[in-house]
Amino acid sequence: MRFIGVKGLAGLAAGLLLGCSTAAAASAENGKAAFVQHGCWQCHGFQGQGGIAGLKLAPDPIAFEAFAAFVRGSNRFMPPYSETILSNDDLADIHAYLQSIPKPADAKSIPLLNQ
Amino acid sequence: MSRNKNPRPAVSRRKFLAGVAVAGAASAAAPVANGATPAAAAAPSPARVPSALPPSMRVAAAETATPKELSRIGGVAGSDFMVDVIKTLDIKYLPANPASSFRAIHESLINYGGNKMPEFLTCTHEESAVGMAHGYFKVAGKPLMTLCHGTVGLQHAAMGIYNAWCDRVPVIVVGGNDLDAAHRPPGVPTIHSAQDINALVRDFTKWDDTPVSLQHFAQSFVRAYKIATTPPYGPVAISLDAGLQQEPIRDNGEKLYIPRFVASAPPQGDSGAVREAARLLAGAERPVIVVDRVARTDNGMKLLVQLAELLQAPVVDQGGRMNFPRTHYLVRPAAVIGNADVIIGMELSDFWGVVNSYIDNGEHGIGVNTSKIKPDTKLISISSVELITKSNYQDQQRFQAVDVSMPGDAEATLPSLIEAVKAAIANDRKAAIEKRGEAMKKGYREAAERTRQTAAIAWDASPISTARLVMETYAQIKDLDWSLVSSSGNVSNWHRRLWPIERHYQWLGGSGGYGVGYGAPASVGAALANRDLGRFSVSIQSDGDLMYAPGVLWTAARHKIPLLAVMHNNRGYHQEVMHVQRLSNFRNRVASLGNDMGPIGTSIENPDIEYHKLAQSMGWWAKGPIKDPAELAPAIKEAVAVVKSGQPALVNVWTQPR
Repeated sequence: MRFIGVKGLAGLAAGLLLGCSTAAAASAENGKAAFVQHGCWQCHGFQGQGGIAGLKLAPDPIAFEAFAAFVRGSNRFMPPYSETILSNDDLADIHAYLQSIPKPADAKSIPLLNQ
Repeated sequence: MSRNKNPRPAVSRRKFLAGVAVAGAASAAAPVANGATPAAAAAPSPARVPSALPPSMRVAAAETATPKELSRIGGVAGSDFMVDVIKTLDIKYLPANPASSFRAIHESLINYGGNKMPEFLTCTHEESAVGMAHGYFKVAGKPLMTLCHGTVGLQHAAMGIYNAWCDRVPVIVVGGNDLDAAHRPPGVPTIHSAQDINALVRDFTKWDDTPVSLQHFAQSFVRAYKIATTPPYGPVAISLDAGLQQEPIRDNGEKLYIPRFVASAPPQGDSGAVREAARLLAGAERPVIVVDRVARTDNGMKLLVQLAELLQAPVVDQGGRMNFPRTHYLVRPAAVIGNADVIIGMELSDFWGVVNSYIDNGEHGIGVNTSKIKPDTKLISISSVELITKSNYQDQQRFQAVDVSMPGDAEATLPSLIEAVKAAIANDRKAAIEKRGEAMKKGYREAAERTRQTAAIAWDASPISTARLVMETYAQIKDLDWSLVSSSGNVSNWHRRLWPIERHYQWLGGSGGYGVGYGAPASVGAALANRDLGRFSVSIQSDGDLMYAPGVLWTAARHKIPLLAVMHNNRGYHQEVMHVQRLSNFRNRVASLGNDMGPIGTSIENPDIEYHKLAQSMGWWAKGPIKDPAELAPAIKEAVAVVKSGQPALVNVWTQPR
């Protein structure tokens, strides 16, 4: 467990650095492609809506710093994505994509959810 | 074998077949056979002959002409008596794929037995036949039997039997087998025979037998039915000798009889243990009820509601059966387990997994185990599975120590437990329990609203969200007496979260053994039972599951079994997609996708399978692929109309992964 804690801290540090350097230049369009290419959709759905295998990511994703820290250092069900397999640029783009996803309609306005 | 103790009929089927085989070998292959014998090898070389001779008139006729009329086997066929035995047990259907090793009982069933009770249903795969019996039982509450060709058919059936075993469902599996090596036909029938075919499935059947006389068969079959239908339920196997089926009833002075079937009472928890469990539950501040395969009947569900309301305890329903109404305010997700001071687990397939978590994060290559409960939480178990002693297959999961352990059937134990809890609740506890119930009602309303809001996310997405898939389906069936017969694949449990599932036949649980390929045949079997009860059957049918044995679609059309199959077609083996992705990440390697969306070997695309055309080719009404959510409602509406007319219908829908 101590080892996991160290990994988590390392990931958080990496995330903070990433947040300073790349988030501003991120592309939602590239992020949408990267979201598929890196398999994020497999658990979180193509729109980051989440499901039984992965948490909801969008709309309203968590702040980039926390997002990056989790992706890099996850020791929970989600496997960690190192920079070797997911570049900092792609990570920032994915976050930009998640930010670009609009809020859904209120469930109260969807008849099928009020049957 | 008993038949060897008595004189054979004048024309024995075995001698006749053996004679034919020997004569054929002698006439068609004489040069080769002679050359192979040592004596012939030692003799002077005969005149050289070509390796292939033109056939004589006699050989040509034997190979091409209609066989001569065979001599009849006199007397009453033994397999007719077997049919008499089977008919005493009110087995309505017999899904099976035909085979020579049970041709005699097959003939008796359809001719002597009139193809009623049971009615033979033609299946294209033995796994489908067992799956149909599996699904049928979960609606009808009565087992079906199936016939398998000894070795190859039983091997095909094995995965279905394992699912039934893990799901605690009775199926009577009868395997044809030609035991008599001296008399059975050579060639394929011998390859398809074995000394002990039941060995294939013995580790995951409750009981098996190999009857060697007709009277033995009668005892075995009734016993098999009795064992299969006594909780814990499970599949049973009977190896049925081809010779025993085919030969006539012998007059050896012994009168054949059929034992009377009397159902066994299910085993119940010990009365002292029940009182102790009640004492713990009545005194608990935060009791939690966790259930998996509790409600065998509608009454089981009512009893569970009674217990939960008595304690105002949240119920975590793992969904192995329709245990508890999904609309009840005491329904809760598994998260409540962490706060419990007393947990009662009923018919759990994995008690360890209820109170512990396992995180597959690659740590040390094995993952991490952590407890989910407080150290002093008391655990109570009622489970009939403790009475099962088979050990090879690991369906009993990890061992979990509990404080009160009751080997027994939970539904049968519930009445005494309820009475014991009533007696154990002190008057000064009643107000606190009632207050707990009020908090539960408020929590339920809030959770339901959160669920609806979550379902709205990606509502208009393409591929179609699984929440939208299930709610578009529900909108078209909600006014019918519907039954969700199966949900293969994974739709993030949206149906159980959003549909008002309240009746015992509206949710049937899963496969048990997680053997992919259960969904389609179990749906057809359950739909068969619902057809007879006048209910509307709907399934959520995944793509990977359907491709294991799609021939069951034909069986549904052939036997006019109405079923609405709405496909959750996510174009991949999604569980495996994530496994390979996970391992790639653990090893710090980019998952190789090839030209697919998921890691190589996990996608079902390039080319995409046109399931609607597949279904159409087998006699179904079908439409698809539906990718635009706006097109979903009209397609399902059309399909519902077809199903209401008595035919099966499939809508192929491209969906989000989960």
